[in-house]
Amino acid sequence: MSTSPKLDAKIPEGVLENKWTKYRSTVPLVNPANKRSLEIIVVGSGLAGSAAAASLAEMGYKVKVFCFQDSPRRAHSIAAQGGINAAKNYQNDGDSVYRLFYDTIKGGDYRAREANVHRLAEVSGNIIDQCVAQGVPFAREYGGLLSNRSFGGTQVQRTFYAAGQTGQQLLLGAYSALERQIGMGAVQMYSRHEMLDIVNIDGKCRGIIARDLVTGKLERHFGHAVLLCTGGYGNVFYLSTNAMGSNVTAAWKAHKKGAFFSNPCYTQIHPTCIPVSGTHQSKLTLMSESLRNDGRIWVPKRKEDAQAIREGKLNPNDLKEEDRDYYLERRYPAFGNLVPRDVASRAAKERCDAGFGVNKTGEAVFLDFAANMMRYGRIEANKKGIYNPTEDVVKQLGKEVVVEKYGNLFDMYKQITGVDPYENPMMIYPAVHYTMGGLWVDYNLMTTVPGLYALGEANFSDHGANRLGASALMQGLADGYFVIPYTIGAYLSNEIRTKAIPTDHEAFVTAEKETAEQINKLMNVKGTKPVDYFHRKLGLIMWNECGMARNAEGLKKAIQDIQALRDEFWKDVRIPGEANNMNPELEKAGRVADFLELGELMCIDALNRNESCGGHFREEYQTEEGEALRDDENYAYVASWENKGNSWELHKEELKYENIKIAQRSYK
Amino acid sequence: MNWLSKLFNSSIGQKLLVALTGLFLCTFLIVHLSGNFQLFKNDNGMAFNLYTVFMTTNPFIKTVSYVLYASILFHAFKGIHLAIKNRSARPVAYATVDGKANSHWTSRSMGVLGTIILVFIVVHMGDFWYEYKFGHIPYIRYTQNMVTGELTSTPLVGMDGQPLTINKKMEEFVDGDNKIIIVKDLYAEVKEEFTNPLLVLIYLISMAAIGFHLFHGFQSGFQTIGVNHPKYTPILKSLSLWLFGIIIPLAFASMPLYFYFL
Amino acid sequence: MSGNMNITLKVWRQNKASDKGRFETYAIPNVSEDMSFLEMFDILNEQLIIEGKDPVAFDHDCREGICGMCSMFINGRPHGPLKGVTTCQLHMRSFKNGDTIVVEPWRAKAFPVIKDLVVDRSAFDRIIAAGGYISVNTGNAQDANSLPVAKENADHAFFAAACIGCGACVAACKNASAMLFTSAKISQLALLPQGAPERNTRALNMVAQHDAEGFGSCTNTGACEAECPKGISLSNIARMNREYLGAALMS
Repeated sequence: MSTSPKLDAKIPEGVLENKWTKYRSTVPLVNPANKRSLEIIVVGSGLAGSAAAASLAEMGYKVKVFCFQDSPRRAHSIAAQGGINAAKNYQNDGDSVYRLFYDTIKGGDYRAREANVHRLAEVSGNIIDQCVAQGVPFAREYGGLLSNRSFGGTQVQRTFYAAGQTGQQLLLGAYSALERQIGMGAVQMYSRHEMLDIVNIDGKCRGIIARDLVTGKLERHFGHAVLLCTGGYGNVFYLSTNAMGSNVTAAWKAHKKGAFFSNPCYTQIHPTCIPVSGTHQSKLTLMSESLRNDGRIWVPKRKEDAQAIREGKLNPNDLKEEDRDYYLERRYPAFGNLVPRDVASRAAKERCDAGFGVNKTGEAVFLDFAANMMRYGRIEANKKGIYNPTEDVVKQLGKEVVVEKYGNLFDMYKQITGVDPYENPMMIYPAVHYTMGGLWVDYNLMTTVPGLYALGEANFSDHGANRLGASALMQGLADGYFVIPYTIGAYLSNEIRTKAIPTDHEAFVTAEKETAEQINKLMNVKGTKPVDYFHRKLGLIMWNECGMARNAEGLKKAIQDIQALRDEFWKDVRIPGEANNMNPELEKAGRVADFLELGELMCIDALNRNESCGGHFREEYQTEEGEALRDDENYAYVASWENKGNSWELHKEELKYENIKIAQRSYK
Repeated sequence: MNWLSKLFNSSIGQKLLVALTGLFLCTFLIVHLSGNFQLFKNDNGMAFNLYTVFMTTNPFIKTVSYVLYASILFHAFKGIHLAIKNRSARPVAYATVDGKANSHWTSRSMGVLGTIILVFIVVHMGDFWYEYKFGHIPYIRYTQNMVTGELTSTPLVGMDGQPLTINKKMEEFVDGDNKIIIVKDLYAEVKEEFTNPLLVLIYLISMAAIGFHLFHGFQSGFQTIGVNHPKYTPILKSLSLWLFGIIIPLAFASMPLYFYFL
Repeated sequence: MSGNMNITLKVWRQNKASDKGRFETYAIPNVSEDMSFLEMFDILNEQLIIEGKDPVAFDHDCREGICGMCSMFINGRPHGPLKGVTTCQLHMRSFKNGDTIVVEPWRAKAFPVIKDLVVDRSAFDRIIAAGGYISVNTGNAQDANSLPVAKENADHAFFAAACIGCGACVAACKNASAMLFTSAKISQLALLPQGAPERNTRALNMVAQHDAEGFGSCTNTGACEAECPKGISLSNIARMNREYLGAALMS
């Protein structure tokens, strides 16, 4: 296998530990006077976007930021719950940059780029420093120092958190830095704007076409460079933990204009989500992975007990300890409930498929806090000097600890299900959560289109085939605060002579015209079915054939089904209202049109990858124990797809492991 | 003094003034009430009338009373001004508002309650303060035997039986064993006014308004000046309810009732 | 969609900012009690689209109560009848079969209606831009543990920082005041040592921006606190008042 000449990752030479330090000190700079005349467009205002925009504006660049929500603070990074990893070793439990690097590569099932991941681990500590300086109120111990907790796939405590709202606090930190720059006039903010195309001039990305979602007007914006920080594409499954508006459109338009799309089939199915309750459901809600610190996952040992619970004849609290199957602890004693997400999700699916599911639909397992609540209660009783406390006192004290750690999550669970999780074990089931795939980027985070960058979840780079918990926040902020401010110099230092290109340039005019035509086409279908009809159908195909388990036959069928659905969409979708007013249905239609193309590529990619790794589980490739079976000889590469109009061409980037011994992943 | 005008044009600065004047008026109420308790003394109003003289002649009290008048006017008109301004912050009203779900009605009705109180103050001052200062309040003559303590009083009248006036508020001299005090008889005025059931009713309604106004206003004033503490705020809130919301208005209301049923 | 509740919705419709707007009434049959309030609106909209009518525009995104985008004034209360819950987390089990529910947009001079139930809340962004930050450029930070913060202060800063900027406080306040929102950010940063260097200018500038946006002033009714989906405390407003007065008088 050899790397395609079109995929030069530009990884610096030298030993792994020094690559980034050395590169950072030698990457070309742009002097302050020149920065003032260089314009950068940032699309998306989540962790990566806000952090990048604020940092670049602080450096002196002229920045424009676009987001489709009413405020940059709404980006879906806000919903991240559990925490952010950093190799600070504050807990003195043997953590180090290398260990974080190693855990991430292993967690990603050996499908991520070594140099990128090592850089990520190196800057992880700086992120925590930066956020604390911004006033992000991380959880602290009584001594006033920062607190940590454990997350899946690791045996150290390196996760920093703010109750179950870590993403919110980190995003608000980045948002405040961004607002500071907006207040100073260094950033121009365009809220309620959706990017609908990129504009390439002479082979370089030079701007975007955006639609003002209030007036419906198309706008042209020039930039010397364009940064896509537009998140993931999990909503291709219709039901996911993503926000309703999360979409692939920006990345997809870039893909159609030359940016390669990598590993689209790597989808993370998060093990602890609130199960689906009915067909009306519009989205799924995550219960943070941090809950697995203190919650034990189980199903009944006997099928008849499971059935009795399903039928409401047996209260799970009454099921004896010896009749419960703590299947993660049983199968993976070393990591127990804290195995990585892909492993935990598959194990839950396995139990439910075998008939041990515990809710009406048979698609749920228990996440039980009772044991740890009592344990905390006893610790608290000791702290308070209460000797021989009654069970009720212990339970109350334990509950108080749990409220402090996860209160908002428990409230949310109760709100959605109507069941009190302090009294009953939670019911959970896996749901689509994160997409490891994305636009291909080199070490500088530049896509295959010069001047076009992808940051955060929008790119493919750091998580391989499976992302570890609390690493998405780390990557988004690393890219935004500590990578792009340096690496963008490599490109922009050569652009200091490029004057701002007027937006009446032919390329802008053409791009706007194409976008307007696409909108007209959508509006003029004038069919009979609402957009959601197609989106739901697409989601079902994707979930059934390209979800937690895939096989060649199903994927082939899915490809045909998606093509047929796409044809139907373009013949029969109905979009009410006008294009020149606020029109949420039109916005949705554009996004679903792109999902209908992406879904096909995901299936093609999944079909191409004849192995199981991380979030990609092909039923044909598993060990006797049902674990994922990788094929390192033939598939240790990044699958990058070039859009060729109606088809795709595969380009491979070989993954070389020079510092880690590639091995069968084991959490036993 | 740009910073001053900035401060007092800001929403918090304006509220600060309303809060400070309001809290000052609360302290006045306590002084006023304790003075008015002289009404209940069984001395045909001597103590009350002497208190009235003290209140209207002592230079310190006089100075404070001007501050008081200014505070009342400022508190009332700034309050009304802010209420109008606040109303303009929502030019289109809701079709349905469930205010009781999230707040006490008194807190939402400070403008109305305050306006009732303002009208009351005008009536009240017209009845007593204006009458006392500019009206024709008859004088009374108290005679107290300094040996036995026995106290008698007679209206101060001339030979023709018409009320006599002197050109000061009070005269005090000793005649043998007797101490003689001649003073404006506001007490009689109070007694007479409160035989009017309509006026008593107005007073009762106004006291209720004061109670409701202060139930919110007293503790709210502290919140505005920034005093909020998990230990002390509950104390302020119960003072707001019991002292200013119930005890003080009830005590004031007992006066017209006392004279009405006397 | 197999529910057994029949709901009547009275919804504010307004085509654009300049329109006068009016209420329209819709009947929604077969509502399930497991549905969220917004999922009921999804059904209404699908119904309207199939009938060839314009669906109701409303803001929403994460649907898990954290992004702060959803914003409906339901039966006279922001985010509806429950405490500590955003509209997206409100479920139909909180209503009864046969209920008529009135839904309006947030109403405030500073939150003009854009369309139907969608309002413009960019005033909040401008308040933050006026000072709701700590001026620390990327890369300036020292080690995170070099500055211990008392747990109590850190916890209170976090409680204040939990604000999601949804605007329910403004919607609930009879004065359409944004003091709870403004004070939450001022409090968060006032409680942390990192926020100390800019505390005076922050309080002065953020309050000035609050006033300039056309929000009313606070009369301590407590409606904001009672309706805040994240339980932001009124004590933050007192702290803001202290910060502001201290800054105005002493700095």
